[in-house]
Amino acid sequence: METLTAISPTFDVNAIRELFPVLNREVKNQLLVYLDNAATSQKPQVVIDALSHYYSNYNANIHRGIHTLAEEATAAYEATRNSVKEFINAPYSDEIIFTRGTTEGINLVAYTWGRKNINAGDEIIISTMEHHSNIVPWQILCEEKKAILKVIPINDDGELLMDDPIAIGYKQLLTPKTKLVSIVHASNALGTINPVKEIIDAAHKAGALVLVDGAQSSVHLDIDVQEMDCDFFAFSGHKVYGPTGAGALYGKKKILEEMPVFMGGGEMIKEVTFKKTTYAALPYKYEAGTPNIADTIVLKVALDFIKETGKKLIRNHENDLLKYATEQMQTVPGLRIIGNAKNKVSLISFVIKNIHPQDIGVLLDNQGIAVRTGHHCTQPLMERFGIPGTVRASFAMYNTKEEVDRLIKGLQKAIKMLA
Amino acid sequence: MTEYKTIEEREEEITDDFSLFDSWEEKYEYIIDLGKKLAPLEEQYKQEENIIKGCQSTVWLVSDFKDGKVFYKADSDAVIVKGLVSMLIKVLSGHEPDKILNAKLDFIKDIGMMTHLAQTRSNGLLSMVKQIKNYALAYKSVKAA
Repeated sequence: METLTAISPTFDVNAIRELFPVLNREVKNQLLVYLDNAATSQKPQVVIDALSHYYSNYNANIHRGIHTLAEEATAAYEATRNSVKEFINAPYSDEIIFTRGTTEGINLVAYTWGRKNINAGDEIIISTMEHHSNIVPWQILCEEKKAILKVIPINDDGELLMDDPIAIGYKQLLTPKTKLVSIVHASNALGTINPVKEIIDAAHKAGALVLVDGAQSSVHLDIDVQEMDCDFFAFSGHKVYGPTGAGALYGKKKILEEMPVFMGGGEMIKEVTFKKTTYAALPYKYEAGTPNIADTIVLKVALDFIKETGKKLIRNHENDLLKYATEQMQTVPGLRIIGNAKNKVSLISFVIKNIHPQDIGVLLDNQGIAVRTGHHCTQPLMERFGIPGTVRASFAMYNTKEEVDRLIKGLQKAIKMLA
Repeated sequence: MTEYKTIEEREEEITDDFSLFDSWEEKYEYIIDLGKKLAPLEEQYKQEENIIKGCQSTVWLVSDFKDGKVFYKADSDAVIVKGLVSMLIKVLSGHEPDKILNAKLDFIKDIGMMTHLAQTRSNGLLSMVKQIKNYALAYKSVKAA
């Protein structure tokens, strides 16, 4: 059961909107409609204030200092680690490694676990709908180690082919040579929620580990790394209403302990001599140098904000918006939704017949509506659908049906102008 | 053959056209119209090496050097971008390399299209201007050699 504390027991979107100052601003003389949440979410006032409060009151370098400010900053920094642990239901807080974001988390695994454990002829499985951040690190590793990168195909609705002897689905791709499956939890370009539990179970049976890219899922879905039983989970703070440059990587303790270090430097050492350096225990082993203290501390404020608002209430609201927007889009001439999976997070990618997505984006911006256009860092996926890119509207807790209406009107106007 | 107009005169023509518009809709309809009217580039020029990097849409730009002047042709799969590049060509094509290189292109600001000059990945006006000037620079050095 989720507790319904702050704001109101029912979801009051207008009350929530008041907590996000940027939503009051005008763009091109109209009230901003921000539908680019999958790229980054806006920040509530508590998050903005917490950043200022940190720098105004207890800015200090952490872990080494013996003075009061350093102690306060260290305590706050470590409190975020505990918040992240709770946010994804990890068993131990030292399984949480702070990163700049999802990309760094994936790269950390590729450069440490990957370099140690991937050998010539080994196989890594990803999917057609991966973000470039979950493709390129594995390509680099496979090239270096002469390993093989395999790709799970998808159907026209944008769902993974889990078991397909003809198209060679996931179950057919898994072999005793598979060492790792690195899979996106929710697609940034399609919205598809992948059956990660099923993927992880099958991978474990085949003796492979699984990394889950939680960049998009973490803000919408309840994340339980223990129930999922994933070996790694990476997400970004700025997509969960927190500051940019603060994210986390979860890894199972035993795996993290055995992995080689990532970057060398301060903070990550136990003892340094010119002959040999011994490394610090988890999680500091992977946190070389002065970290992003301020943003990491404030990430806790964002996670608390989500918890207090109620993730389930947020999700219900976002799912209502998704359903409403999907229905309304049927009324737009020539519009085709890319990604019609049964399970989706609240984003819609679409194309309009004979119109380039960029033209739509420019004309929506002139109506104060922020969407994303392009390939969404998923070029292989765009190729799968035979399109140069899409227009993507992605929803957050503060979006409203009225904003969906403005999007639809904006689209109709853009199409008329471009016809 | 149309009479020769300087870069500034051509800029002024566009600025004058835009001064008649009150709304963003009219401005963009004008640009869209320019985009639609720009003759499509012959297929043989639609090669990788003619694509301007840094644009979200595909923009092809080719140039030719005749009688000491640079002539440009361009195309795009997005119509607004095509309209923007069409304006640039209208202003900059058919001049000597030095004149192209020294063009300040103030008209872009005057017609309220500065946002398209922003250095983002999504719109490529800045990249287009750079590429147009790169060609001019290349022809200038050919001329000097």
